[in-house]
Amino acid sequence: MTIDLKTIKHISKLSRISVDDEKAKKLEADLNSIFLFIEKLNELETKNVEPLTSIAETTLQLRKDEIKTHNIREQVLKNSPDKNKDFFVVPKVVE
Amino acid sequence: MSKNQSEYLIKRNNNEYEVVIGLEVHAQVLSESKLFSSSSTKFGAEPNTQVSLVDAAFPGMLPVINEFCIKQAVKTGIGLKAKINKKSIFDRKNYFYADLPQGYQISQYKNPIVGEGSVVLDLPSGEKKIGIERLHLEQDAGKSIHDIDPQNTLVDLNRSGVALMEIVSKPDLRSLEEVNAYVKKLRSIMRYLGTCDGNMQEGSLRADVNVSVRKKGQKELGTRCEIKNVNSIKFMQMAIEYEANRQVDVIEEGGSIDQETRLFDTKKNQTRSMRSKEDAHDYRYFPDPDLLPLEISDKFIDELKKNIPELPDEKKKRFIEKFKLSAYEANILVSDNETSKYFEEVIKESDVKISTNWITGELFALLNEKNLEISESPISAKNLSKLINLIKDGTISGKIAKSVFEIMADGNKDPKKIIEEKGLKQQSDPKELEKLIDKVINDNQDKVKEYKSGKEKLFGFFVGQTMKISGGKANPKLVNEILKKKLT
Amino acid sequence: MTNIIDLTLVELVNKIKKKEISSKEITKAYVDRCKKSKKLNTFITDDFDNALKKADKFDKKPDFNKKLPGIPIAVKDLFCTKDLKTTAGSKILSNFIPSYESTVTQNLWNEGSILLGKLNCDEFAMGSSNETSFFGNVQSPIGKGLVPGGSSGGSASALSAKLTPVTVGTDTGGSIRQPASFTGTVGLKPTYGSCSRYGIVAFASSLDQAGPMTRNVKDCALLFEVISSYDNKDSTSVNFKRANYSNKLNKSIKGKKIGIPKEYRAEGMSKEIDELWQRGINIVKESGAEILDISLPNTKYALPAYYIVAPAEASSNLARYDGVKYGFRSPGENLIDMYEKTRSEGFGDEVKRRIMIGTYVLSSGYYDAYYLKAQKVRQLIKNDFDEVYKKVDAILTPSTPTSAFTIGEKTNDPVSMYLNDIFTVPINLAGLPAISIPAGLDSKGYPLGLQIIGKAFDEQNIFNIAYSMEEKINFKNEIKSWWM
Ligand SMILES: [Mg+2]
Ligand SMILES: [Zn+2]
Repeated sequence: MTIDLKTIKHISKLSRISVDDEKAKKLEADLNSIFLFIEKLNELETKNVEPLTSIAETTLQLRKDEIKTHNIREQVLKNSPDKNKDFFVVPKVVE
Repeated sequence: MSKNQSEYLIKRNNNEYEVVIGLEVHAQVLSESKLFSSSSTKFGAEPNTQVSLVDAAFPGMLPVINEFCIKQAVKTGIGLKAKINKKSIFDRKNYFYADLPQGYQISQYKNPIVGEGSVVLDLPSGEKKIGIERLHLEQDAGKSIHDIDPQNTLVDLNRSGVALMEIVSKPDLRSLEEVNAYVKKLRSIMRYLGTCDGNMQEGSLRADVNVSVRKKGQKELGTRCEIKNVNSIKFMQMAIEYEANRQVDVIEEGGSIDQETRLFDTKKNQTRSMRSKEDAHDYRYFPDPDLLPLEISDKFIDELKKNIPELPDEKKKRFIEKFKLSAYEANILVSDNETSKYFEEVIKESDVKISTNWITGELFALLNEKNLEISESPISAKNLSKLINLIKDGTISGKIAKSVFEIMADGNKDPKKIIEEKGLKQQSDPKELEKLIDKVINDNQDKVKEYKSGKEKLFGFFVGQTMKISGGKANPKLVNEILKKKLT
Repeated sequence: MTNIIDLTLVELVNKIKKKEISSKEITKAYVDRCKKSKKLNTFITDDFDNALKKADKFDKKPDFNKKLPGIPIAVKDLFCTKDLKTTAGSKILSNFIPSYESTVTQNLWNEGSILLGKLNCDEFAMGSSNETSFFGNVQSPIGKGLVPGGSSGGSASALSAKLTPVTVGTDTGGSIRQPASFTGTVGLKPTYGSCSRYGIVAFASSLDQAGPMTRNVKDCALLFEVISSYDNKDSTSVNFKRANYSNKLNKSIKGKKIGIPKEYRAEGMSKEIDELWQRGINIVKESGAEILDISLPNTKYALPAYYIVAPAEASSNLARYDGVKYGFRSPGENLIDMYEKTRSEGFGDEVKRRIMIGTYVLSSGYYDAYYLKAQKVRQLIKNDFDEVYKKVDAILTPSTPTSAFTIGEKTNDPVSMYLNDIFTVPINLAGLPAISIPAGLDSKGYPLGLQIIGKAFDEQNIFNIAYSMEEKINFKNEIKSWWM
């Protein structure tokens, strides 16, 4: 399978990373060589194999329903590139 | 357009269209803390004051699941007579939005915690069973606020990470009435279970509405559109009505429906396409590697089953059988758990028939007028029960009871005390009553003559006069008896 | 007395406990050397002044019951450290100051250790040469212009250059073992679930593990027993009883069954590596271990599966870097524009490449062909190990297919870069522990490592084998301080 420029543009949109035409070409070449390598997997018959669901040898641990984090607004907003006293601030969302 | 109670059809030219509706209800789980973090879920807090480092997706922060939310979901599943899946998996639904700090929502995609179930609707035309496709647990997003700052969007993450149950119905709903009944029934079941407060003003219950139309008699379903995040039953109905008519118009004009996500604009009363959602429609679901599959045991489920309260359907059946209520009365009394509790409290020591009438009549009118929930009723079940017993044993008449009820509504006073203080006790002493009646007869000799000469209608006049001079307190049954004797 | 910087961790701990040396003296020795070693570009952020203050404080009120009393340690800049900048080697986090501490580093401080600073690494731990860091290449002390390996390249470089007595790194596909091998040091990738991932900037959640990097096996065991803990803040943390691995070290490996997987030889291995491996085999044989030829038939599918699973998880884990809550933001006309610019300018090429791969393999219509397939292959790889471990106690392989290469040599060919991890990646996929120990030098005089792979949670066993081999190999990392 080959990945074309249109696909590169599509996944750049999905991953919210803008890519100019020059970069897209470079990516096209890189990704194609990587997928050529990845597609070695197609040799392998896996129809009857169960996929691995988790590698951790344990069961899901559960938490009690308790409030342990109280108001830490200052801490939460501190690192934000744009904020006011109460909110994170982002450029207008266009619908 | 025809609006029949059992049939909702849209007519255009010579064609009749059936409307097919399915709901994805998002019900906020009643819990103290969030699904994967320990911050509070309480409504109405100052912006961003209930946000943990996990909720704001700080680097290296990891989800740890709230056991109580799992129990709440399983309980709801039991209430929906649904299959509980002993193994379920949390997936990531990936998309970018300002109020989605992780860049993904943790949800359940292929393996939800609850599978197929059903809900029975009580419609005027009878019962109808609506299929439940599944129920899964997921995180709520935060809130984007567009109307405070003209240049920017503000983000509040208080809701981010709150547990939601997404309850997906089969496309079994066919009318606006059914949608109304379905949402109310679902809410009622969850309130009985204590798994969701169903408060739509606070956003605890919202729905994505899937609408399609097809020509009457056609078997296969039409292409559906999903109207996102509608937050009241009324808006759901308005959105469906608009959307179904829009689809019919498109088809009648020879067009076809695009499967798409739409938004209901409550100001314009229209749905419109959310094109921006379309490019990013590819959610790239995959199992969340920060979590393991959720496995629950039979014991875990059985323990919850044991503690499931009697639900509306069973309660209705019992009320009809045990208390000889009509289906109509039973429906009203069980629709809400608090109402049924109130009812059962009243009838513990009072007559069922009189109690039913007073609760569904006077009490509901009062609550309606004051816009109160039954749990906030100014008249306690105990005092209402006392009032009903005072009617039953003849201490006061039904009419006096109404004025006593009004006084009670102002401060939940014991009706016995009100009657004593105001001297409202019914006069049932025959000697006293005879004195009053003698006075009425003396004062109205002409009317007595007329009555005796055959104008029997005047009997009511004498009763009325007696009641009047007794200040309404005379026992009407006795007055009748004595009057009859005296006038013959 | 020998130079402070030449002492092992265990020696430092003993001397401090015997009051032969103070925390201040140790810390000062390291700080001085670090200051003279800027050329290596190992530190992204130093905390020297604080470290000296803390050392002073320790000396005034020493607690000798701690396992790392007053010992200064620099850590990979992937661990969040409270009130100290944490960048993950990325522009997008270049100004990020966490208000919290990772569990692994907290465990260090709880045992009396002192933070020296944050070490360079490949951006978001994606790389095998430390060339993807926004903060520039790291030089290997082994030789000018050589890469230290990656992604824990700053850690390996600082450790072998003696800028820190020990360090902690993270290993997603070989990021501890490969740089350890390149720099003649010891590195352990523990069993998945041994060390908490809480507060570690995530790369690929199902593969990431923190682990110790040290100059010898005993230090490695000691550091591992400090950083490994059960943590209820990480749902994948495993609750088991942690041992005192360093006290229980045992050189006797007589009768141990050690497997030699034939598939590791088939990958076009160089003669040098093959000979190194054979020497390792001979050494364990001499120590009385039994050598068994084994087969891990799906080995060749590990790297392709890894390059689906790791980018897929990364594409999702890195979605949170969007310029909203923290880190770098590039202004945009609207929200989407801001996202696209921020992420395009904030991430480097390798990170973007992997996000793209991950996005693609998860996207609609491709999930089954790639991600699901890779998870099935992962199951097969795990089954291979399970099968083999019915017969053997541990597995011995080379750590890397080559020794250190030069800076810039492989940057234009991602696949050849990825091949660096061919021997280490299967272990991450199977969640097993593996240690790399220095085993010799190649013809250029660059170190080479051998890898001992254990059963899940059987770290003690691979420590013991490594300990036994270490003595016989008697490797001396003779590094001239050419950069000073
Ligand atoms: Mg939906
Ligand atoms: Zn949902």
